[in-house]
Amino acid sequence: MAEPGRGGPGRGGPVRSRRNRLAAAVTTLVLLAPLAACGSGDDGGIPTVNLYYTTEQNIQKVVDDCNAKASGRYRIAYRVLPRAADDQRVQLVRRLAAEDPGMDVLGLDVTWTQEFASAGWVLEWTGERRAEVERGTLAGPLETARYEGRLYAAPKNTNVQLLWYRSDLVPQPPQTWDEMIRMAQDLRGRGQPYRVITMGAQYEGLVVLYNTLVASAGGRILSDDGSKAVFDEGAVRALEVLRNFATAGVTTSSFSNTIEDQARLDFQSGAGAFQLNWPFVYPAMQEADPELAKKVKWARFPGVDAGTPSKVTIGGFNLAVSRYSKHPEESFAAASCLRDAEHQKFSAINDGVPPTIESVYAEPEMAEAYPMRDTILEELKDPATRPRSPAYQNISTVLSATLSPPSAIDPEKTADRMREATQDALDSKGVLP
Amino acid sequence: MRTETETETGTAAERSGRTGAVPAPRRGRTGRAGRAPLSEGKRAERRLGWLLCAPAALVMVAVTAYPILYSVWLSLQRFDLKFPDEREFVGLANYVTVLTNDYWWTAFGVTMLITVVTVAVELVLGMGLAVVMHRTIVGRGLVRTSALIPYGIVTVVAAFSWRYAWTPGTGYLATLFGEGAPLTERASALAIIMLAEIWKTTPFMALLLMAGLALVPEDLLKAASMDGATAWQRFTRVMLPVMKPAILVALLFRTLDAFRVFDNIFVLTAGANETSSVSMLAYNNLMRGLNLGIGSTMSVLIFLTVAVIAFVFVKLFGTAAPGSTDEGGRR
Repeated sequence: MAEPGRGGPGRGGPVRSRRNRLAAAVTTLVLLAPLAACGSGDDGGIPTVNLYYTTEQNIQKVVDDCNAKASGRYRIAYRVLPRAADDQRVQLVRRLAAEDPGMDVLGLDVTWTQEFASAGWVLEWTGERRAEVERGTLAGPLETARYEGRLYAAPKNTNVQLLWYRSDLVPQPPQTWDEMIRMAQDLRGRGQPYRVITMGAQYEGLVVLYNTLVASAGGRILSDDGSKAVFDEGAVRALEVLRNFATAGVTTSSFSNTIEDQARLDFQSGAGAFQLNWPFVYPAMQEADPELAKKVKWARFPGVDAGTPSKVTIGGFNLAVSRYSKHPEESFAAASCLRDAEHQKFSAINDGVPPTIESVYAEPEMAEAYPMRDTILEELKDPATRPRSPAYQNISTVLSATLSPPSAIDPEKTADRMREATQDALDSKGVLP
Repeated sequence: MRTETETETGTAAERSGRTGAVPAPRRGRTGRAGRAPLSEGKRAERRLGWLLCAPAALVMVAVTAYPILYSVWLSLQRFDLKFPDEREFVGLANYVTVLTNDYWWTAFGVTMLITVVTVAVELVLGMGLAVVMHRTIVGRGLVRTSALIPYGIVTVVAAFSWRYAWTPGTGYLATLFGEGAPLTERASALAIIMLAEIWKTTPFMALLLMAGLALVPEDLLKAASMDGATAWQRFTRVMLPVMKPAILVALLFRTLDAFRVFDNIFVLTAGANETSSVSMLAYNNLMRGLNLGIGSTMSVLIFLTVAVIAFVFVKLFGTAAPGSTDEGGRR
């Protein structure tokens, strides 16, 4: 701004003209602003649906296909969210808290759906739209999209970990953790590769492992209505299994620091007889070491008790419609298109993300891309979901902090600590580290 | 530099007040108890002073007082964006939660450690750099510019280069102290954070101290050396006392800044392995946890701590501190 009162008579002219120009510029901007807003929202009358989704290599093709099929009803614009889960969530959350109307369809990790629903940030799916999503969708993934009995998202893809084992060392895959640990100790005694490789660092992956163990042992972390931290006998039993595994001398030395890709590399280096990991490890192994890949087979994740099959934690992404969207109708239609059977098959084959619609697994093209599809489907039909609570982020943070390092677990005491910290998180009293 | 300006303004006002009061003290019109009655001119001057301050004061209220009060109000509630229906007034419960929490005290300790170590090291290095910059005769501009480069780089950008430098595989510093990832262990990670902070803000310290050095009269130094004072004695007995106000301003600014350290930690470790500062903790609870109640409580506590630090500085160093109105302010 020009300095007031300083200009002498000689300087009055230029100052005023400068001010006038400034005023003119501001007026022009003010007049143009609504036009600009219209321009970004409606492209020649076609509503733009902004899709906020994480990086997925070929999703633009799915978007293009949906745009072609919409024949002018809407046009989806793909906005790329960051790679890291935390960064994705922070961006979505900050903009939703500010009631940003620029986001329409949101790609939510399965563990965020309840949080966004509880905060009132995403719209409920009702009527015919809901029926369409529920038709043919596997029960486990569908459950991750529900909150308090209502449907708040459409499952786009799911994911589940398998047991990968060296068939040249282990003729029959183990059914339980105890059996797997014994097999590994035998192999070590015979001087063969023996390690059991999986994720044990202090992060979400450790919570996924623990959640699988709790569900496989028939335990519960939260009460059914999600308001109480339970951590029953099964949860304590799961802690025992985890501690026994971490102290049996069959893990890698860096177990408490291992995340997905590290586990994959450790196994590819030939040190392991078993690996518990997501399906992405298989194509990666075929590329990096085809000889090793030929010896590797897969099986259902080991259970806790003999005779009771495991229940494995599912991951994946759901699509939800923002409450602040200016075009909710079109957004629901766009989300439905992005996750329909045809596009799920395309994404499964081209981007390696397992479908949530059961019939897609039977498609002939799936056999080549997913040789392990039957095992995946078997696990998906009897899955474990992570605690479906709006406070899941906080619960996960305190769980991974309490579980790490797994070798230091003292089952009863650790369960007590987790119960207390989880209850605090549910009551908004928890402090995040 | 606002504080310095304030001091000067205060001094000028006092002076003019005194001169204004002498010629025409009007009887019967007393000001507040114990104060000399105000003259017409003096009152008009005050009124003008208030009017001139008003726009700035209003802006300050809008951009600082309102958010501060709003934070205090939030900190007294259970207010969690995840549970919008369960918003309620809880009094001081959030303060009890935070002040009895281990994470908070760990972060507080880390922050204090970083503050004390970095400010102390920066003071020493900054003083050395200031003397060099002050005394350089050849290429003075070049020396000053190159010394200021770290301060000119955006902290986040600098922090990323430090991070890559210390990451095994991408960095040239990672293997300096044997195998391992220095950013994944607490002690080494904290050392790296402090190093990045010191590297970044020593030039700022030097700049402030150089302003103080310019205040030291050359004659005084010559006279001292004539009296047989050694270089060290000239530094401690002549330069330091004259520079005291400048040193205090520099220390105060840097301490308050250092206590709010955030960006370096955010980039270098993201607070892993107990390297969170209090600001990181507040961010995590506000932005990641969506817990406005607990997060605001932390913000208020940080604000109070900063206020206490400023108060201690003013009290401890008494007269020479910026903002104090007695003798020292008139130097």
